[in-house]
Amino acid sequence: MNLATSPILSIVTFLPLVGVLFIAFLPKEAAGNARYVALWTTIVTFVISLLIWMNFDPSTASFQFVEERAWLGPIKYKMGVDGISMLFVILTTFLMPLTILASWESIEDRVKEYMIAFLVLETMMIGVFCALDLVLFYLFFEAGLIPMFLIIGIWGGKRRVYASFKFFLYTLLGSVLMLLAMMAMYWHAGTTDITTLLTTKFPRDMQFWLWLAFFASFAVKMPMWPVHTWLPDAHVEAPTAGSVILAAILLKMGGYGFLRFSVPMFPLATFDLAPLVFALSVIAIIYTSLVALAQEDVKKLIAYSSVAHMGYVTMGIFTVTTQGVDGAIFQMLSHGIVSAALFLCVGIVYDRMHTREIAAYGGLVNRMPIYAFVFMVFTMANVGLPGTSGFVGEFLTLLGAFKVNTLVAAIATLGVILSAAYALWLYRNMIFGELEKPSLKGIKDMTPREIAIMAPLVVLTLFFGFYPAPVLDVTAMSVKKLVSNYEAAVRPAAAELAR
Amino acid sequence: MIYLAIVFLPLAGALIAGFFGRLIGPRPAEIVTTGFLIVAAVLSWVVFVRVGFGHETARVPVMRWITSGDLDVSWVLRIDTLTAVMLVVVTTVSSLVHLYSIGYMHEDEHRQRFFSYLSLFTFAMLMLVTSDNLLQMFFGWEGVGLASYLLIGFWYKKPEANAAAIKAFVVNRVGDFGFALGIFGLFFVFKTINLDPLFTAAPSAVGKTFNFVGYEVDILTTLALLLFMGAMGKSAQFLLHTWLPDAMEGPTPVSALIHAATMVTAGVFMVARLSPIFELAPTALQFVTFIGALTAFFAATVGLVQNDIKRVIAYSTCSQLGYMFVACGIGAYTAGIFHLFTHAFFKALLFLGAGSVIHAMHHEQDMRNMGGLAPKIRITYAMMLIGTLALTGVGIPHVAGFAGFHSKDAIIEAAYAAHTPNNYAFWTLVAAALMTSFYSWRLIFMTFHGKSRAEPEVIKHAHESPPVMLIPLGVLAVGAVLAGIVFSRYFIGHDYQAFWGKSIFEGPNNHILHDMHNVPGWVGWAPFAAMATGFVIAYVYYIAAPWLPAATARAFRPLYLFLLNKWYFDELYNWLFVKPAFWLGRFLWKKGDGAVIDATIDGTAAGVGWMTGKAMRLQTGYVYHYAFAMMLGVAALVTYFMFQGGGVQ
Repeated sequence: MNLATSPILSIVTFLPLVGVLFIAFLPKEAAGNARYVALWTTIVTFVISLLIWMNFDPSTASFQFVEERAWLGPIKYKMGVDGISMLFVILTTFLMPLTILASWESIEDRVKEYMIAFLVLETMMIGVFCALDLVLFYLFFEAGLIPMFLIIGIWGGKRRVYASFKFFLYTLLGSVLMLLAMMAMYWHAGTTDITTLLTTKFPRDMQFWLWLAFFASFAVKMPMWPVHTWLPDAHVEAPTAGSVILAAILLKMGGYGFLRFSVPMFPLATFDLAPLVFALSVIAIIYTSLVALAQEDVKKLIAYSSVAHMGYVTMGIFTVTTQGVDGAIFQMLSHGIVSAALFLCVGIVYDRMHTREIAAYGGLVNRMPIYAFVFMVFTMANVGLPGTSGFVGEFLTLLGAFKVNTLVAAIATLGVILSAAYALWLYRNMIFGELEKPSLKGIKDMTPREIAIMAPLVVLTLFFGFYPAPVLDVTAMSVKKLVSNYEAAVRPAAAELAR
Repeated sequence: MIYLAIVFLPLAGALIAGFFGRLIGPRPAEIVTTGFLIVAAVLSWVVFVRVGFGHETARVPVMRWITSGDLDVSWVLRIDTLTAVMLVVVTTVSSLVHLYSIGYMHEDEHRQRFFSYLSLFTFAMLMLVTSDNLLQMFFGWEGVGLASYLLIGFWYKKPEANAAAIKAFVVNRVGDFGFALGIFGLFFVFKTINLDPLFTAAPSAVGKTFNFVGYEVDILTTLALLLFMGAMGKSAQFLLHTWLPDAMEGPTPVSALIHAATMVTAGVFMVARLSPIFELAPTALQFVTFIGALTAFFAATVGLVQNDIKRVIAYSTCSQLGYMFVACGIGAYTAGIFHLFTHAFFKALLFLGAGSVIHAMHHEQDMRNMGGLAPKIRITYAMMLIGTLALTGVGIPHVAGFAGFHSKDAIIEAAYAAHTPNNYAFWTLVAAALMTSFYSWRLIFMTFHGKSRAEPEVIKHAHESPPVMLIPLGVLAVGAVLAGIVFSRYFIGHDYQAFWGKSIFEGPNNHILHDMHNVPGWVGWAPFAAMATGFVIAYVYYIAAPWLPAATARAFRPLYLFLLNKWYFDELYNWLFVKPAFWLGRFLWKKGDGAVIDATIDGTAAGVGWMTGKAMRLQTGYVYHYAFAMMLGVAALVTYFMFQGGGVQ
């Protein structure tokens, strides 16, 4: 089979829906089998998606595995990946089996519906990264909200309704604006084909408005300060697997959107408005890191830490330098692994103690040495210790930022001090110390299932820390093209500014 | 191959002890890690001879690391004389500390973990000293920080140990903030962070400026200062020193290895390694000298009044690191590294000796509860005495002496030859030498002499340590006696240029190594006089007239409290940084996120009376209806597109 011409992206995207069909036809009394169906579906999807990586040609920046079919009038069904989007597809398919496993015992209520929601979500997420048509992208982008909304609203915690509404309200606001922008782009260019739009030159003032509209949507997704407050609430109320997907994949859609739309399609607006993004990014890094210091709820702390880490991503992207963008992509992938792992870590103790309050823990290392080790690895990755994947992205984004604006780089670098403070503070309060609380006396270390979930994450975190080349090599050409196109587009504007 | 073995054997040991420690049991874990380290140490001496005297340098590529655009950084082992010296110091002290720990930690149930951390530390330190680019140095730099964090907090049940571990990590991160910015800046200016290309390109930036955070500043001065900020953190220099005394919460072998002989000297190593850059930034070097002298003085004053045996030695370390930085600052890098080299032996000896005392006294560390221990633990006493003679620099001026005599006095003489304003560096170091002598002898007298102040029960059970702990002391004692005499001519004497080769760069106008041998005769006697005076005062205070210390403390109470409380740095920082950070975090969370942002969002929603109504319905279980509505919305949008699309075409 020739992969380059086979519809492998469609297969990977829609395979989870096949699993949905199976689950839908499961008899009521066998509802528990939904777990197995979901697990096998996601594993098969992951394995097939690896074929994409193996057959990916890193020596070109153009889209690969492109499929194009007539669909709805001017709107085509067009899929394809480049070095920027391909790895996000892999990240998604890789994490899905782990999230299914993580929900194995903690979800007892409406298992069928739960698994269906996750599988649908997987299709939508992969679709977002593969879509090469504006409308198709929009569909996946927005429809992905529905299963997530349900996951929080149905299987969430006590304040789930408030949280899911806040989540919805924020994202809706951005979506409406983005939709209007897409319509405008269509009016101007006469097509919704992303590959064509990437070479379309929009007038400068139009770029400005389009950029802002897209920004509204992606900034909420990232989330950037000050539209981040939905995230802590959503995380706190979401079930563990929901938090994992939210942090690891859904947030990345914002960053991906910036890279796919804002920067390449509206370079002049990017040039003009980058200082705004820098300002919001460094505020996010410092502000949310400080807020993380004050948290009493584990999930909230990690959620705020996520916002800070996404600050490095937005900063890196809008430097539009090779290192900045490479770093931003790497940081997103790394954060996808590390934040997923941190939320899974929280889930492990939450399943045992049913509380997220930091003060309810303490001294866990005494009874949970394996857990303590795993948590330490991800704490260090979160802190950006060299040798973990967390370092590479942070370093590269800061390196890129220094080229463009030393003040931004300096303030953002301050974040590494704060991240050490809150992450180690959390670790000490939960893991170290005497095990004094009576409720913890009987707590058990990680089960084989839990170890099986965490082991690949630990390995990847360290592997990419020491040898990030597999990722950086894949993204290199696409990033190079992005950066050089941008530089060519803004050269007149930059020259004007210099004068 | 030999180089790879030296660096990666400790890593292998760490992994075996860490992951299979429980499987194989504590004893095999100890044997594996210690054995690997001894092999690494022997190989290091081989390399030392080959490189230092055979002038054989090497560059061993291991693996690619980060490639991004014009940034290309690999894992590479760089071997030259400077590295070889560090290899010897690190592996020798580390192997001895491993051996010693077999005895010291024999009651601890987590020994495997301890040995794993020790070996992990050694690996990170070796990566640091063999780095061929600044990023690998940064890896080792933070890696040793991690190991230090883990080892300080090794006894994780002690709240003080946990607090000290976090403090060490965070304060070091403050330094690393500068280090990282320095790396960014070097890459920005020179497009590379690999050492050799960097050193080649550096002269082209002399006198040039760039815009840094809004100010037009001299490139090399700024970058050197930023890098030095990292050195200040790691080497516990004035302002960033607060973590080091607290780090004494860790087990004593850790203090000997990490917080005396190796990790804390990484800053000195960094400045020496980057001498081709620092040499071009005279203003930055003046700052290095100033901070070094200030630290040497400050730490010595605090050391005068501390009562915890380990803290006295910790402040002494801090102070001696100041000497090394003065040496670097005035261009006598080799003298700085020489002192680093000798200091590793006698300071590790003092720490391990103190550990032996603590071991004998059943974990008593307060010298006020000691005294008269000499007859009980004779060998330890003798070893501590040798360490003290080496630290205080006992010797016959212009002839020969213990290790510290050769290296420390060389720095003092160089400081004189450097002609700093008012000769401040020289006089501060002499004053610090006097205080060093005083607090060192004070330690000996309070611990080993006079009447015992310990509980009779404790003193009855005080016992000499087992051979596995005494043998490392003996080896280090040999180093403390001979390291100066044997290596002086190679490190700083007339063979120094052949010995160091190209590993240390001296500018064309830097003749300090020559000038320091031509200072007036009395300059050589000054540290001797200071050392002797310190000894006499200590003798009077703690042997001849034991009532004097208390009387002096009463007479100069404010000064005494000032010193006892370490110049109130902890209080100041707590008030200035720690409390405001937590307060600000709370404020931004409750007021910023809560009262401003969320209130706006909720308010808008409630204002249109929309959220409340829908929320009610959701709570009654209509969530599916909602999802359905959303689907419809999406469908409607698609339809809109279709019709619009059709209309245009």
